[in-house]
Amino acid sequence: MINSFRKNIKGIVIEGITLFSALIIIAIVVIMLSVIVIGGKDQLSWEFLTSFPTEGMTKGGIFPAIYGTALLVIIMSIAAVPFGTVTAIYLTEYARENSFIAKTIRFAVRTLAVIPSIIYGLFGLGFFIKFVGSNIDGAFFGGELRWGQPNLLWASLTMSLLTLPVVIVSVEEALKTVPQDLRAASLALGATKWQTIRKVVVPGSISGIMTGTILAVSRGAGEVAPILFTGAAYYIATLPGLSDQFMVLGYHIYVLTTQSANVDQTLPIQFGTTCVLLLLTFILNMSAVILRYRIRKKKTN
Amino acid sequence: MIMITDKIYTENMSLYYSGKIALNNISLKIPEKRVTAFIGPSGCGKSTFLRSLNRMNDLIDGVKIEGKVMIDNINIYNKNIDVVNLRKKVGMVFQKSNPFAKSVFENVAYGPKINGLNNKKQLDEIVERALKNAAIWDEVKDRLGDSAMGLSGGQQQRLCIARTLAVNPEIVLMDEPASALDPLSTSKIEELIVQLKENYTIVIVTHNMQQAARISDNTAFFYLGELIEYDRTKKIFTNPDKKQTEDYITGRFG
Repeated sequence: MINSFRKNIKGIVIEGITLFSALIIIAIVVIMLSVIVIGGKDQLSWEFLTSFPTEGMTKGGIFPAIYGTALLVIIMSIAAVPFGTVTAIYLTEYARENSFIAKTIRFAVRTLAVIPSIIYGLFGLGFFIKFVGSNIDGAFFGGELRWGQPNLLWASLTMSLLTLPVVIVSVEEALKTVPQDLRAASLALGATKWQTIRKVVVPGSISGIMTGTILAVSRGAGEVAPILFTGAAYYIATLPGLSDQFMVLGYHIYVLTTQSANVDQTLPIQFGTTCVLLLLTFILNMSAVILRYRIRKKKTN
Repeated sequence: MIMITDKIYTENMSLYYSGKIALNNISLKIPEKRVTAFIGPSGCGKSTFLRSLNRMNDLIDGVKIEGKVMIDNINIYNKNIDVVNLRKKVGMVFQKSNPFAKSVFENVAYGPKINGLNNKKQLDEIVERALKNAAIWDEVKDRLGDSAMGLSGGQQQRLCIARTLAVNPEIVLMDEPASALDPLSTSKIEELIVQLKENYTIVIVTHNMQQAARISDNTAFFYLGELIEYDRTKKIFTNPDKKQTEDYITGRFG
């Protein structure tokens, strides 16, 4: 009798502990979001989103950072999505499932996905800036420093390497949802493999390609480490071109909190910027989740 | 007696999956503009044999073929054979209807379009003729722009037949085309097959022996990768030479 009562108590305590740790997770999310939203909501305005920083970045808006982030993810996608899609097409349509080359590619993709992002930054610095950029300068500009320094293009390309695994995996998953029957039907009508891929397989997985793109953009928009060495700037008075350094939301937060002359004064802007970045990644991730859910539903039908 | 040309013939044809034998030494002749049926229990090799006639087995790793597979007296496994052209000549209808997620029109126009035909008027004509030949025109003529996925199973299968006919093949291979359909749709497909033999050489794999008896001129019985017996359908179903054939037809096994 006493024994089973003890057992009961033990069971309740264990359940309580597990529930408590689960509740802590919820609390962390709620606290984090509410602090950011409460702190930032008064800052969010059309004015804040569309104007330049003023008075040593203690006042004004974050337009150049939004602009820089947008350009960064657009150029990154232009590089990563076609490259990733073509790789995924090779893996699903051409390579034999268990061939050495397919296994090696998959291993490389997994490895790319787990490399810490700061190492991508170092790679970008070493490869794109010091190697590619400097050689372009040497070959076309007589050694004058133009491309051999951090800029939007190199930062975007570095970021595209980081997001490549996300694109490849999403597109591969989408290509696999196209039934083999349809490939067979197309080939039996006298279509070549390439015609089949172009007219049946890719159109059938377009939403998966979009999911991959959005996930990549969302990952890219939030990352700071890869662009630290390759193009992010403290403050730029004009909007950047390909060969310029640029401002970006994630780095802007870091700069405001650590490098500013008056950190306390920038506090509202820090909150506002964080809010914008959070909202941006949240919206992007949600749309990717919805798209992916639709694809899975289509697959099970 | 009328001379009938052999459209297809195989000589000592064997097929291996990764070294394991799946078809053993098959020799048979398939006459032009007739319906030839392949029957036999599951796994007997009849579908594999059908798929070797338009080289769909090429898509599977580790398939090796020996012997001759002749169509119009040309060995289709010769090195200089263009598989893409072969498949235009030898069309195929699959067991499960597999329309593309496109409109009815685009499904039928798919074959002509990949062959480079873009003339709208010609495409309209081809699509209409193919749909009429597949006995589905009246049902879909007012909804050519609608998605093919909205059609019933039987309509989808006839659409797939129309899609195959639009490429203008000489031979149509059918891999259990009615096995997933209700009796009414099945009888429509059967009627259609009988009509089609006026212009096409039809080779059909079927599990349904009544179906083979109803629509085919010749029947081949496969068992465990061997061609056991091949004759006029009437003979196979009334007075087969081999005991195994008789046992299968009378339902004693399979």
